[in-house]
Amino acid sequence: MAQDKFLDHLGRPIVAVTGMGVMTSLGEGIKDNWDALTAGRSGIRSISRFPTDHLSTTIGGLIDFAAAPHADVVERSMTFARSTMREALAQAQISGEFGGPLFLAAPPIEPEWQARFELGERVAEADRDSDAYTQFLKLLRQQPDPHFYDQISFGTIADRLADEFGTRGLPVTLSTACASGATAIQLGVEAIRQGRTDRTLVAGTDGSVTAESLIRFSLLSALSRHNEAPEQASRPFTKNRDGFVIAEGGAALVLESLSAATARGASVLGIVAGCKEKADSFHRTRSSPDGGPAIATIRGALEDAGLGEDGIDYINAHGTSTPENDKMEYLAISSVFGDRMPDIPVSSNKSMIGHTLTAAGAIEAVFSLMSLQTGTLPPTINYDTPDPAIPLDTVPNVKRDVPIASVLSNSFGFGGQNACLVMRAEPA
Amino acid sequence: MTDMHPKSGRDVVITGIGLVTSLGVGLGAHVEKLRGAEPLLPVLDFDVLPSHPVHPLPEIDWSGQIPRRGDQRQMENWQRLGVYAAGLALDDAGLKEDLDACAEMDLFVAAGGGERDVAVDSLIVEAARGRDDREIVLNEKLTTELRPTLFLAQLSNLLAGNITIVHKVTGSSRTFMGEESAGVSAFEIAHARIAAGQSTRCLVGSAFVAERPDIMFHVTSLGQNDRALAQSRDPSVRPDGVVLGTVGAFMVLEERSAAEARGARIYATLDAVAGDRGSREENRLEQRLIRLADTVAPEAQAVDLVVSAAPGIPAIDARQAASIDQLYPDATLRRPVTAFGHSVEAQFPLSVALAALAVAADHPLAPLAADDRQGNTPARTAVIAASGMRRGEAMARVSRFD
Repeated sequence: MAQDKFLDHLGRPIVAVTGMGVMTSLGEGIKDNWDALTAGRSGIRSISRFPTDHLSTTIGGLIDFAAAPHADVVERSMTFARSTMREALAQAQISGEFGGPLFLAAPPIEPEWQARFELGERVAEADRDSDAYTQFLKLLRQQPDPHFYDQISFGTIADRLADEFGTRGLPVTLSTACASGATAIQLGVEAIRQGRTDRTLVAGTDGSVTAESLIRFSLLSALSRHNEAPEQASRPFTKNRDGFVIAEGGAALVLESLSAATARGASVLGIVAGCKEKADSFHRTRSSPDGGPAIATIRGALEDAGLGEDGIDYINAHGTSTPENDKMEYLAISSVFGDRMPDIPVSSNKSMIGHTLTAAGAIEAVFSLMSLQTGTLPPTINYDTPDPAIPLDTVPNVKRDVPIASVLSNSFGFGGQNACLVMRAEPA
Repeated sequence: MTDMHPKSGRDVVITGIGLVTSLGVGLGAHVEKLRGAEPLLPVLDFDVLPSHPVHPLPEIDWSGQIPRRGDQRQMENWQRLGVYAAGLALDDAGLKEDLDACAEMDLFVAAGGGERDVAVDSLIVEAARGRDDREIVLNEKLTTELRPTLFLAQLSNLLAGNITIVHKVTGSSRTFMGEESAGVSAFEIAHARIAAGQSTRCLVGSAFVAERPDIMFHVTSLGQNDRALAQSRDPSVRPDGVVLGTVGAFMVLEERSAAEARGARIYATLDAVAGDRGSREENRLEQRLIRLADTVAPEAQAVDLVVSAAPGIPAIDARQAASIDQLYPDATLRRPVTAFGHSVEAQFPLSVALAALAVAADHPLAPLAADDRQGNTPARTAVIAASGMRRGEAMARVSRFD
């Protein structure tokens, strides 16, 4: 058939990436990020946006340079998504109404403490004898505030983005915890494969670093406490890794069927060849000790891409720098790739940008595609004390120039969420 | 650009329904009431939240679907309710003990956020009053007062995570957020996956707990809450604004041939789901509903029941009702919000469940409000029409399976 080159090994439309945008603590835009990432620079700093008194972790990869109203999770997340979408659409050379669905990985929204404090001050002295919410209810019943409702609604960010970019249908706001960014891409791929649309706009964004989020993760013993040397705190696969470094960021991708991209003469930046999700029923925050679900997720992504174990040239690891994740991830990838493991470079972007939570899967997909395009693998920095139980080629400390044709990007999250993407430079 | 909703290749059927509402636990507590000739009398609690009546959580023994106490302790009521209703749906579909089917099943959950610790939040608000170092007070109190496990009970995707752990549903797991529209997207995307052959079985649904002060705080800020019912304290009085209702509603969707191959009981086919959003200025809400209706149910004369997932805001409800009357003048209209309250993310799932039960039944759906018209004949084709409090419209169609 004439259009065979546009269909994959299962006869489905091949999904191309035609635009990308990214923002992290390293900077705004692909160029600044890629320059910093391949130079091995860290974006992790001591937190200055809010007081860190009493906190056991006082560092993070925060974005304080963007033109976002800094006090507000919604506005920060909105800004990262909007900026990276604009960059992605410009690269894809799409202007005007986007005309396809929007899939947005975004953090769960809660009212800001500032808002509770301000409401608390407004409650009349005589009404202060009940719990805070009962007090607020009485106040809001007399003086409603629809703007406040919007600011604490989960659907607000996507709704505003849908208006700005002219996406079609109900935008989907999703969370699969730390796998969310990868899930957004997977939803976009599925929609194109279903034949429901020729293009989708997908993004992950997370501006949710607050004192409360730091404390919550600290209470689960998830965060690094290397406060004295922030740039060295995120140390995936090392023996003295002690937790992840919380961070902010965003990334957006324009996905198109290869046939539609080709028809309009768009530049193809890479192919999303395979994706797979598989839930783990073992525990709320820990993975099955045998790595079964993570292994099944990786194998499923390879199978979906029509590749065998010998088909992957590089792994962009989840690599959070927690004792648990890095051990489990090694178990999973070494189980899948077996004897080939020493020959596959595996690096963690999180060593430089920290863990961008909801956005991580999308950001790391963008960096994976950059590796496919440029033939440069970003390093795993701070790799000075290898964990002997994790014998990997981590692209230690210095970038490596080596052409690759395919990359596996892993994402694993609380709640047993596993998602893996396989990206290729060219259609199979 | 290809059509967003091409005619699906594979039929999607509903084979399991798990329902918990203020009327009771499970289909047994609902089916008889839904076949009566008299309007349902809503169950309301006027005291749990001062001046804010709610349709409350019924008495429920969590052990029925969450056997391990350790699992129950890891959750608050929002997650417990969702896990419980999901278990009911799996039981109802005859898949609860089918480990292989559950291992491959895809999970779609429409979620808000979990319970905050009202006592801790209140303590901090009180301690911070009049202080100019509020952020430091916050750090001090949160580090000493927060329970570590509460974070997991709050996380939106941990409702799905707990369903995975308790019921061993381990295909893909996706949590959609965004108030009423999240419930629509869960069904729209599950339907699209099955129709395209990307999935065989999906567990889809949501949970909402109305008597949570932290949730009522959110909804009240919109300024659309009921006052009439609150003042009268009489369940037969028609609310003049939003009254929240507790609902857990999950369904098993299956590819038809897979359901038939295992001899499953089929309630209905889920023919189409479509949603959209945008300005509600002038008549654009109405135009959007008309466009959606044209997508999901172009043969208007075949539609004999409309289940309106309206939020209970008079202005929105009236505009939706007028559109429905124009689109489906001969159909019987049922508005679950009067009997069950508004359950935000769970409002659309609840409405799909009621519509599926109606087309599966050999009798008309009972009136859900005092002024509902009596139905004459059992419904064969039902449309669900949804509008969110602030944004989002949707339509879906279910048909009798025969």
